[in-house]
Amino acid sequence: MSNRSVVPFGPQHPVLPEPIHLDLVLEDEVVVDAIPSIGFVHRGLEKLVEVKDFNEMAYVAERICGICSYGHGFGYCDAVEHIMNIEIPPRAQYLRTILFEMSRLHSHMLWFGLLADGFGFESLFMDAWRIREKLLDMLEEATGGRVIFSINKIGGMRRDIPKEMLKSFRQRLEDLTEDLKVTVRTLLEDPAVKSRLSGVGVLTADEVETLGAAGPFLRGSGIRRDSRKLGYLAYDDIDFDIITHNDGDTYARTYVRAMEILQSVDIIKQAIEKTPAGEVDVPVKGFPNGEYMTRIEQPRGEACYYVKANGKKFLERMRVRTPTFANIPALTASLRGSELADIPILILAIDPCISCTER
Amino acid sequence: MENIWKDITEETLLNEVQVLRADKYRLVQQCARKTEEGNYELLYSFGKGYDAEHLKFQVAPGQSVQSISHIFPPAFLYENEIHDLFGIEIKDITLDFRGGLYRTAVKAPFA
Repeated sequence: MSNRSVVPFGPQHPVLPEPIHLDLVLEDEVVVDAIPSIGFVHRGLEKLVEVKDFNEMAYVAERICGICSYGHGFGYCDAVEHIMNIEIPPRAQYLRTILFEMSRLHSHMLWFGLLADGFGFESLFMDAWRIREKLLDMLEEATGGRVIFSINKIGGMRRDIPKEMLKSFRQRLEDLTEDLKVTVRTLLEDPAVKSRLSGVGVLTADEVETLGAAGPFLRGSGIRRDSRKLGYLAYDDIDFDIITHNDGDTYARTYVRAMEILQSVDIIKQAIEKTPAGEVDVPVKGFPNGEYMTRIEQPRGEACYYVKANGKKFLERMRVRTPTFANIPALTASLRGSELADIPILILAIDPCISCTER
Repeated sequence: MENIWKDITEETLLNEVQVLRADKYRLVQQCARKTEEGNYELLYSFGKGYDAEHLKFQVAPGQSVQSISHIFPPAFLYENEIHDLFGIEIKDITLDFRGGLYRTAVKAPFA
């Protein structure tokens, strides 16, 4: 007869930089159920619409998270720009695309390092974060910040990125490409990594859809959906395919995210080549009136930014649905049937962002 | 890409949601906001491919809402969030934290 017990996982755990708690129901060493618990550090940032005007909220949105900050700032601005019928200049569309992909790159490299560290693969962890530093250097040169960028505003961008700087980014990314390829190959082809990740935490395409998963978690089960294909910013002019894997296991999710690293480099290079000259912002007049929901592809998956305005300085509502929040039901489902020892890696493999979840 | 916004009532909510489920939509998000008149407006968003459909309905303070978590399983998280932030009672959530999802200093801070 099996022995049933409940093991608390988190909110403090070596693999968790941020607090999330799971009650793992075990039969011997196998997880038969997982009950999630969040809300340890919920900040209620959305309520700040009552005291921050619609322009200031762009900077609040960025502060939802220190990793996905760029996307949050952009997503909010895009939603407000829609209800104000503001069309930002083509150059701003391209610069936003470049910075968004740089942001995806540094986020994926952060995950890469954390996953390697979770394995005890310390040299790979240091390699990943060494490369990430170079990406952060570029972001700092372009925006002035390494964590919070504050370069997006309603109506475009607060500053231009000079042509010479873009050229330098292209060259530096070219120089980094070989390093990135070796690092990605090392992770994906390492026999220990493969044996730990393959066949565990399996979810079918039907299951991830039903459970509302997003991003690489979704695409790792073979669903071809990436919100960049909605055609916002300059993505319609960029040639890129949606990366998927059909196995639905933890290795498949890791594969998708790792390959997206190389894809982002390619997208940035294409966008730099195509960036037109011109202005980076347009004047903004009046106050927003109406409602809209922007959907964008953040590094961890689709994020939604709902804004409702009534023609006043302060919005009525700003709501952000983050990808990690959407991934929690699928995460807990993927843990069922796994060994207790695999749980930390299964959680790390979906790259959870609790700061986003606790917006 | 279609983006449909539809006003419904709380009474027709389950029928509307069941139709979307049968049509292979997925749940994207659920949220609430307080209206200027003092009611609550709930917004439920669903997706199919890149298309989206948003259902909106209003409830009066103190009025409870039927959960859709038995139709769309991930709804349990959004519904607990709506309860904890706005104080709206949602009936029959498949996993009901009974006010314990968010550890807020103030009860129903968005209400």
